[in-house]
Amino acid sequence: MSRYLLRRLLQIVPTLFVVSILIFGLQQLLPGDPALIMAGEERDPIAIQEIREQYRLDQPLPVQYVYWLAGVVQGDLGQSMRIKRPVGELVLEKLPVTLELACLAILIALVIGIPAGIISAVFRGSIWDYGANLLALWGISVPNFWLGILMIFLFSVHLGWLPASGYVSPGESLIGNLASLVMPAFVLGTGVSAVMMRHTRAAMLQTLGADYVRTARAKGVGEPGVIIRHALRNALTPVITLGALEFGTLLSGAVLTEQVFSIPGFGKLVVDAVFNRDYAVVQGVVLVTASAYILLNLLADLAYALANPRLRSGTT
Amino acid sequence: MDGFPMLKAAALAALLGVGVAAGPTAATAQTTLRIGLAEDPDVLDPTLARTFVGRIVFASLCDKLFDIDANLKIIPQLATGYEISDDNKTITLKLRPGVIFHDGEKMDAEAVKYSLNRHLTLKGSFRRSEINVISAIDVVDPLTVKLSLSVPFAPLIAQFTDRAGMIVSPKAAEAAGDKFGTNPVCAGPFRLVERVAQDKIVVERFANYWNKEAIKIDRIVYQPIPDSTVRLANIQAGSLDLIERVSATDLDTIRKNNRLKLSIQDEIGYQGMTINLANGERAKGVLGQNPKVREALEAAIDRNVINQVAFNGEFLPGNQWVSPVHPFYQQKFPVPPRDVKKAQALLKEAGVTLPVSFTLMFPNNPDQRQVAEIIQSMAAEAGFDIKLEAAEFASSLQRSNKGDFEAYLIGWSGRTDPDGNIYSFESCKGGQNDGRHCNPALDKALDAARAASTFEERKKLYEEATGLVLAARSHVYLYHRKWFVAYTNRLQGFTQVPDGLIRVQGLTLN
Repeated sequence: MSRYLLRRLLQIVPTLFVVSILIFGLQQLLPGDPALIMAGEERDPIAIQEIREQYRLDQPLPVQYVYWLAGVVQGDLGQSMRIKRPVGELVLEKLPVTLELACLAILIALVIGIPAGIISAVFRGSIWDYGANLLALWGISVPNFWLGILMIFLFSVHLGWLPASGYVSPGESLIGNLASLVMPAFVLGTGVSAVMMRHTRAAMLQTLGADYVRTARAKGVGEPGVIIRHALRNALTPVITLGALEFGTLLSGAVLTEQVFSIPGFGKLVVDAVFNRDYAVVQGVVLVTASAYILLNLLADLAYALANPRLRSGTT
Repeated sequence: MDGFPMLKAAALAALLGVGVAAGPTAATAQTTLRIGLAEDPDVLDPTLARTFVGRIVFASLCDKLFDIDANLKIIPQLATGYEISDDNKTITLKLRPGVIFHDGEKMDAEAVKYSLNRHLTLKGSFRRSEINVISAIDVVDPLTVKLSLSVPFAPLIAQFTDRAGMIVSPKAAEAAGDKFGTNPVCAGPFRLVERVAQDKIVVERFANYWNKEAIKIDRIVYQPIPDSTVRLANIQAGSLDLIERVSATDLDTIRKNNRLKLSIQDEIGYQGMTINLANGERAKGVLGQNPKVREALEAAIDRNVINQVAFNGEFLPGNQWVSPVHPFYQQKFPVPPRDVKKAQALLKEAGVTLPVSFTLMFPNNPDQRQVAEIIQSMAAEAGFDIKLEAAEFASSLQRSNKGDFEAYLIGWSGRTDPDGNIYSFESCKGGQNDGRHCNPALDKALDAARAASTFEERKKLYEEATGLVLAARSHVYLYHRKWFVAYTNRLQGFTQVPDGLIRVQGLTLN
């Protein structure tokens, strides 16, 4: 197992290296000179030249990359050109917000998606099944920003129950925090729940038709026991994998939802940074997100390896 | 729908740092003004800052040497007055006594000298080009500063009504270096409490502000909310007290809401088309090379239609770099009406093959797209075939700078002095002259207007300049926006100034 772990950890290094080149290279393909964008209306050529020198934008790309990589290796992700703050600090400031939003969204998705999937599979062909499918179709089709704006108008403008947008940290007020996140989490969660419902339904239909379920029924196990203990347990494996993947996607920033609800998370940070060509911020955020993905992937593989000894030796 | 249910009240109370259970009484409650901004400001350092939205926040943090009033008149702020020498090359500033910075340091002549020097020398300073005519700064006494200029420069005092006139605490600036923007220390009515990027900027009343009687609000929370619909929803829901840059199409909603008020002010900038006359290969088409073609294009455009269709008639059609209500507007050159027959005749006279084809680039946003489409359709009737090209703003800016455009739909937020709206766009060596229009006679008039000291003299010189620019049609000015600010009727004392900033002096929140 330790050899397996060591091998996987060593594989991370070249992967991250390739990722870093991709992040750096792809961004350079974007048209628009960061110094010129930064100058905005104030296009003083001397100031623009000074910015280029200050951020080494006047140097060849490989040189810029090496400087950036050297900083990253030492834990320095650079400085935002726009607001002059260290990128590491910005990432640490946004990460808890994005994490919280993603956790809440996944929670909502699980609470809606899994029961809906079960009901739909158990009562296949019934009005419940059609209803759940319709809901799932709606959840997948409705654009997040549109649903977000509708919810703002209903719950904030019309009913006055929730703040229209903005974020309150749990440190300031726990209730305020939940109030500020419930709408964006619901908007994100319903989208994911639709996908989860469809997967749960498909997996449940498969397991409900399996031999061991028939055996359980033949042995006289009650229907709730068959569904929960025998069918659902086995059906959940692909759903959990899907949940982990969706969680990863949410971590990379729910761009539109964060924009509509003015939630200061990764999505908003990276979108603003792209529009302002704030390279260091884009690179920093994407690198952190990519690293998180790689790490989550590793953890999942380790979990599989623990469960299946054949994977450890790589002889599957 | 007055008041908020408990959940909202708890969230807001928490935001204000007030315990819900404690139930603040009206007498002791802190007043917090919540302002919705259209963007997240850039760095809050007066020397390095460059966004309009940043200037809104500076209005509460950093006082300036001078300010402007609703009629664009220069009024005292940190300076109480100024004298200009007979040769227009020396300006003596008299400073206000008893002003202190947020860190308790004195605001005096040394601090003014330090701040102006910082603008002139700090790496990446965007203020240098605004005040680089200053050749020497001398402290005469603690409340008097003498500025020597390399050439007479009439717009200098107007420059001091914006970031170039913001005076920072030398001690704090020296200690922070280029990180000063993360914690600016100025002499404004509010001091910075915290800034969470893209979330909020919180400022609180500075107890030792020199004009503290004018400040009746304890805290201001600035919240960037880029989507105008969401900004509007926030003020309708009572989550915000004031929002800037309301969309022209949302004005009716605000007018119909008896809990909201609307403030409208003409901008000092302009919107129009820049035409590439001599910047690279793309200037070589008939539009860039033939003045008659440009004249025909202008004749084909109805500015009133643009205003009515795209902006519900809320903006102001215009044909110069200052709006028709600006003191420097040249009445001699009124907004020309649309004349399709004249446009067709001009194209015939120009001897060009019809249709005249060119590409109009515009930053990709719904307003600009609509304006571009209206122009395309109007010009088609005269014999033009305009291809529209939407470009993301950052890319369009770079392409404009490089000369990779034939016509570019773009605007300028405007400066207090008219020189700021024309010099760098039309003078031969202007930093923003992307169309590379160059006319020595125009340069002469613009330089003379900079050196002249009286309003009448300058207006006369700008008349000559206006004639030359309008004839060249290097810019086809189209309209002037208005600043639409919506605010709760609990807010009293709000007035707007043409620069569009939100001044906090005199505001009360019931």
